[in-house]
Amino acid sequence: MTALAPDHITMPVFHRLPHAHRDEQIAQIAEAARQIRIQDLKLVHYAGAGHIGGDLSAIDILATLYGAVLDVTPENVDDPERDRFILSKGHIAGALYVTLAAYGFIPVEDLATFLKPLSKLNGHPNRNYVRGVEANTGPLGHGLPIAVGHALSAKLDVSQRRTYVLVGDGELQEGSNWEAMMAASQYELDRLTVIVDRNRLQQGATVRETNDLEPLDQKAAAFGFAVVEVNGHDHGELLDVLSAVPYRPGKPTFVIAHTHKGHPISFMSNNTAWHHKVPTAEQLELALDELKAGAA
Amino acid sequence: MTDIRVKQGGTTPLEPPAASRSARQSIADRPRYDCRNAYVETLAELAHENHRIVGVVNDSVGSSKLDAFKRAFPDRLINVGIAEQDMVGVATGLANGGRIAFVSAASCFLTARALEQIKADVAYSNRNVKLCGMSPGMAYGELGPTHHSIEDIAWLRAIDNMTTVVPADPIETAAAMRWAAAVEGPVFIRVSRMSVPEVYPEDYAFVPGRAVTLRDGDDVTLISNGTVLWRTLVAAEQLADDGISARVISMPTVKPLDTEAVVRAARETRGIVTAEEATVGGALGGAVAETVVQNHPTKMRILGVPEFAPTGSAGFLLDRYGMSPEGIAAAARKLIT
Repeated sequence: MTALAPDHITMPVFHRLPHAHRDEQIAQIAEAARQIRIQDLKLVHYAGAGHIGGDLSAIDILATLYGAVLDVTPENVDDPERDRFILSKGHIAGALYVTLAAYGFIPVEDLATFLKPLSKLNGHPNRNYVRGVEANTGPLGHGLPIAVGHALSAKLDVSQRRTYVLVGDGELQEGSNWEAMMAASQYELDRLTVIVDRNRLQQGATVRETNDLEPLDQKAAAFGFAVVEVNGHDHGELLDVLSAVPYRPGKPTFVIAHTHKGHPISFMSNNTAWHHKVPTAEQLELALDELKAGAA
Repeated sequence: MTDIRVKQGGTTPLEPPAASRSARQSIADRPRYDCRNAYVETLAELAHENHRIVGVVNDSVGSSKLDAFKRAFPDRLINVGIAEQDMVGVATGLANGGRIAFVSAASCFLTARALEQIKADVAYSNRNVKLCGMSPGMAYGELGPTHHSIEDIAWLRAIDNMTTVVPADPIETAAAMRWAAAVEGPVFIRVSRMSVPEVYPEDYAFVPGRAVTLRDGDDVTLISNGTVLWRTLVAAEQLADDGISARVISMPTVKPLDTEAVVRAARETRGIVTAEEATVGGALGGAVAETVVQNHPTKMRILGVPEFAPTGSAGFLLDRYGMSPEGIAAAARKLIT
């Protein structure tokens, strides 16, 4: 296998479209998501490692957030009043790096260093090395408490800045999330949005078979959240729900984004085998062909 | 805003001084103080000076003596309930939003329950969070090893980018907090409830990573910190009565360690005794031994807590483990004879 090299980098750079017409925003998010998937598949194939299944389930959420929801740009990334996005499922660092490159936070060329010795692009994100990363995550169940802390700081500041955190569904088996959810509702953090990448699969099995979360909507509601379910691969649904802050005044928001691990690649989708499997050259070719066919 | 000065008696002794004093006043005869009082007074002063400072607790308002702080700054004392992992994560998020979080919780729960958050969220992320381990060591005495926090120093010291401070008296507690509030980045400070005499002058300035020689001597060196430091000073007085000149080095910062002071002691005296309210493995004694063995090997005796302690008060247990003044002096005599 060829090692990851600069000519494997094909990521075009997009700009956030905060004020564009909704249809235009959605069209751009769709194209960005498609390009991010193409680049991410190449990254994992050539680097020989990564978490492709979870990357692909979350990319539509990442593309929507950075494309039209978050008030975070390469220009204001140090502004204390920026919105915050915390990736709690830090093992999809590859998808985050490609997204950050797609929206201009890090140089596209840097992607060629992914997982290489001394690269800033580690298997889990580090805020001290990668512009745009808000928290060093990797161990699960850490992002939601951090997001609650940031949302509290915004409330203390009487600020309108928003806090988003993306958690995996398997990750919700960690008790720290539920500690944080109790605090979020206690402090009425209605500018906090928790997004669950509900792909129903964890490392080696379904969440259902392992330690089931259902009824997740009722659990989140019982913890004081306003709960909303969306198709996590529908950019329009994501855009509408993630832009509606507060979703219910006085309550934090819990978005259950129904997704498929490996989406939309036919032979990867909804298949536990692709949690951190690396596509072969032939599989990469097939996957890229499917994504090319999906071009607008 | 109301006046927030919290008068909690940091200057009022817990016990009256001994009625009769010998001609030479021993440090053992000085009045004793609970360092938590200096902690809450200093935290209130800092909060008054800097609006970015907030307290974060796990229901530990009373045990951290923060009731007055809560009255003065109701919005700035974040109580997440009995949830230590969330507590440290929330402190990290508050730091992300520009606040300086002083996490105040029993050291046993803070450092054990939230160790991964301390490692990943605070130290590895390099967040401006101050972790204040209340009632560490064996301060909870009879409550037993579940509530003892003798391991905290070894755990925290193993983590990169985690300055680890063990103050010895109210003056050093306040000084270390003032320093911690002024620097950007992670700090762990132990705050004991065990009564201790003042060992530092009022104008003491804490310097991180710097040892303080409290008493010079060239026969043997005693290195200590926290609640055991005053006992070590008394041991030096007793050794002096026997004609043994003991150097007493206060080592408030276990990480980064003042290795120069350690190497000098190894070179200039005949042996080193360390004494601390922490595990015999991996804490101050371990740090000193690592330095000694790699630079100037010499005889050492490490005094600390070797086991899950049986029932007893903290003072009783320190004595049991050879950290009465007499016990420390005996260890020093044995080491150099």
